[in-house]
Amino acid sequence: MNAIPKLQQSDFPLLFELGAPGLSALNLSPCDVPRADRAKAMPRELLAEAPPPLPEVGELDLVRHYTRLAHRCFSIDENFYPLGSCTMKYNPRINERVAAMPGFAGLHPHQDESDVQGLLELLYRLRCDLAEISGLAEVTLQPAAGAHGEMTGLMIINAYHRSRGQRRSKVLAPDSAHGTNPATCAVCGQQALTVKSRKDGRIDLDDLRTKMDDDVAALMITNPNTVGVFDAQIADVAEILHEKGAQLYLDGANMNAILGITRPGDFGVDVMHFNTHKTFSTPHGGGGPGAGPVAVAEHLRPFLPVPQVVRRADGSFGWDADRPKSIGKVRSFFGQIGVLVRAYVYIRSNGCDGLRDISEKAVLNANYLAAKLRHRYRTPFPPPYAHEFIMMPEFPGSDVTDLDVAKRLIDHGIHPPTMSFPIAHCLMIEPSETESKATLDRFVAAMLDIADEVERDPQIVRDAPHTMPVKRMDEVGAARKPVVRWRAGG
Amino acid sequence: MRYTQLTDEHVKDMLGAIGVRTIEDLFSTIPTGLRLKRDLAIPKGVSEPQMLADASALAARNADGTKLACFLGGGSYDHFIPGLVDALAMQSEFLTAYTPYQAEASQGTLQAFFEFQTMICQLTGMEVANASLYEGATAAAEAVIIALNATGRSRVLVADNVHPDTRRVLTTYGEHRGFEVSTLPCKDGVVHENGLPRLLSELRTSVRADSAVPDVAAVIVQSPNFYGCVERLDRIIPLIQSAGALAIVATDPLASGLLKSPGALGADIVVGEGQPLGVPMQYGGPYLGFMATREEHLRRMPGRLVGMTKDREGRRGFCLTLQTREQHIKRERATSNICTNQGLLAMRAAVYMATLGKRGVAEVASQCFDKAHYAAERIASVPGFRLKFAAPFFKEFVVQCDKDVSKVLSACREKGMLAGTALNRLDPQSPAAADLKNCFLTAVTEKRTKDEIDALVDALRTA
Repeated sequence: MNAIPKLQQSDFPLLFELGAPGLSALNLSPCDVPRADRAKAMPRELLAEAPPPLPEVGELDLVRHYTRLAHRCFSIDENFYPLGSCTMKYNPRINERVAAMPGFAGLHPHQDESDVQGLLELLYRLRCDLAEISGLAEVTLQPAAGAHGEMTGLMIINAYHRSRGQRRSKVLAPDSAHGTNPATCAVCGQQALTVKSRKDGRIDLDDLRTKMDDDVAALMITNPNTVGVFDAQIADVAEILHEKGAQLYLDGANMNAILGITRPGDFGVDVMHFNTHKTFSTPHGGGGPGAGPVAVAEHLRPFLPVPQVVRRADGSFGWDADRPKSIGKVRSFFGQIGVLVRAYVYIRSNGCDGLRDISEKAVLNANYLAAKLRHRYRTPFPPPYAHEFIMMPEFPGSDVTDLDVAKRLIDHGIHPPTMSFPIAHCLMIEPSETESKATLDRFVAAMLDIADEVERDPQIVRDAPHTMPVKRMDEVGAARKPVVRWRAGG
Repeated sequence: MRYTQLTDEHVKDMLGAIGVRTIEDLFSTIPTGLRLKRDLAIPKGVSEPQMLADASALAARNADGTKLACFLGGGSYDHFIPGLVDALAMQSEFLTAYTPYQAEASQGTLQAFFEFQTMICQLTGMEVANASLYEGATAAAEAVIIALNATGRSRVLVADNVHPDTRRVLTTYGEHRGFEVSTLPCKDGVVHENGLPRLLSELRTSVRADSAVPDVAAVIVQSPNFYGCVERLDRIIPLIQSAGALAIVATDPLASGLLKSPGALGADIVVGEGQPLGVPMQYGGPYLGFMATREEHLRRMPGRLVGMTKDREGRRGFCLTLQTREQHIKRERATSNICTNQGLLAMRAAVYMATLGKRGVAEVASQCFDKAHYAAERIASVPGFRLKFAAPFFKEFVVQCDKDVSKVLSACREKGMLAGTALNRLDPQSPAAADLKNCFLTAVTEKRTKDEIDALVDALRTA
């Protein structure tokens, strides 16, 4: 490890630089039982000589520390956050309120089913709502996140093939796929192969046909895809796969564009995962927790993870673990319950009418931004777009890059869009349905302003951001000699 | 509609700017034949008071474990959560930010995760930690993958007193990822120390008869284990390492307020369920997994990692680092597909650890230990009840009774007490299940009072 930079006057202190020996913000009641004899109850070799060296900070200084840290973050509650593919929409506070109800938050996972009937009914309803939204037969709520859902989905597909006496070693994904798709194949011990996209962003069917054989387990696809285009050939894609016995997997990252408008099960998908933190607005929390429920077609139901929440013949709700063909368990206990409660409240607050309205407005907002900006920023794919689109910050004769534009947006109080995915040097913009026209217009003005600045005063763009507590970070240095923890004395 | 902000006038203007007539025109790329021609079969949206009423009615049909005296454990515990945790970790900026890709606009979450990584190192006694994983069981599975890559071997041994969910998840991952999971048997509640070297050498000859290279990449033990017993890590870890395997230890992060940390006893990778660190029980999730290891495995570690660095003007700052390990850069060459961490829960855990501090973590661990030992002694004094294992324990223990365990537990439940988890029900397939007939696992946190413990003892006496 290299030496930790010394604290400068302008630096923000670390927890470890606050407080004094002996301080603690914990205030427990005194212990009301006799002290157990440690020497008798525990071998000497296992007893710690001193407590772990956690920081020692008083209550007010802790409050100030974390309040000041909170002020050093962009967030949906304060900033427009058009981060493509991440669906940064407003997180309704009623969802938080319900998830925090002691009747949900205070339950232990080993309580008897009879003690948790209300929660199990909620989970059962959510399971059914998600199946209806996906147009598929059944949903598992167990996976912990989108990528975990992908892994679960691929395990289900592989278990299905094995039940038919086949081990298929290849999984296809288009070149525009999220990085988790090929990584998931590798985690499942399979080879990931790339299928080409055409110039218009749609999948190249000829290339797909060339790569199809009996060893292909599945194609993982996102639709609308990552360049913001709904691939109208999706039914043909499904047919090409199904002819060879392969399965069509849908990455549900872009469900926000099609709620109540079209359903994956109706366009040939066999398995899909949802990203509850995207589509159903559970807070992104600085990077989680999410949840990744997986929906499957009828023929894949026997392979779903156990246990599954069910409604019993007597009308009560419970957990069914008796599924002999199940892939087993993919995590501890039952799932991201607190996240799933929020997703349920979001779906039922919006209802069928509200869900469709979400997708209509998400698509309207994206197309409006594209229409207002395309005269200054090239859009490589033709409209109309789904809920997001790709735009190229190209400035002939200037060395200003997409990164510079992104950083300059920060000075306008706007979180940068996703950069260089799925094509190099692009910006992927997803405004989401919850933004007002005034905010969209402010973004348009900021983008046009930056384009003017590039011509007038490019240095100001190259040096951005100017309004943050720190300038651009030395990320190369950070990776070369990683310092991932603080140590006393540097 | 509920959360959108566009008036009819706005929509008209925007459609005009786009150059289409209706919103429907924007969906022209979706073939008509594939469109849904009816409403989704989900009720129409409801008002906020109606939603609250519906949700409250569902919540009311659950027996809130925090109102009952909760002696349940087994990976989820009713610890006291200081008010600071909700007040500080759930601030709207932390709640509604995303992964801190843009360092300049994310110094708050980045620094908090850096501090989290440091405090996890301090609790586990390890050199490096990541910014959290999904939960304890998948953290163990990810640790196995580190070991497979570090050793080039393909088998793992899992003690049969590791949390049953962890063992099941390892089996699922093993089947698909292509590693073999074998069981390390236990005796009297703890790892059978004398059996371990023999087992390692048997596996060596059975798996690779033609080679001197043992095939076991890692041995996974849990301490305190699923039955609450504290393992002799000081003796087990060297045995594992002498066979060239990595010692993966799953642990309760609060135990190191009293016990030597797994790192201090030589563990290679320490993982665990972070729920005890200020996370509500919420029926099993979301929790956070933690993972800490030695510096040499840093680049094999999955998940988000925050590094300290400098900005262009030399100021100290933080950024995501070693992203080249991760799926969005490495794609099919990545060793893990993990994308998000459990950011908000890592934030809760950070505030919790900072609130406790050095003195507080010792105090919490000490109270858990004293109250668990008081409870165990009192319960064992009730005729027909005894402690199943003689091994030392931290905050939970197994009780065996002469009567039918489910009747005993429901009698306690009627008196407002969640007395424990019946073990035969939890893991009926385990070879240990027969031996665990009429046994239950009871946990006692610092939150339980002497009165509650005494009431539990009375309830058991009359059950």
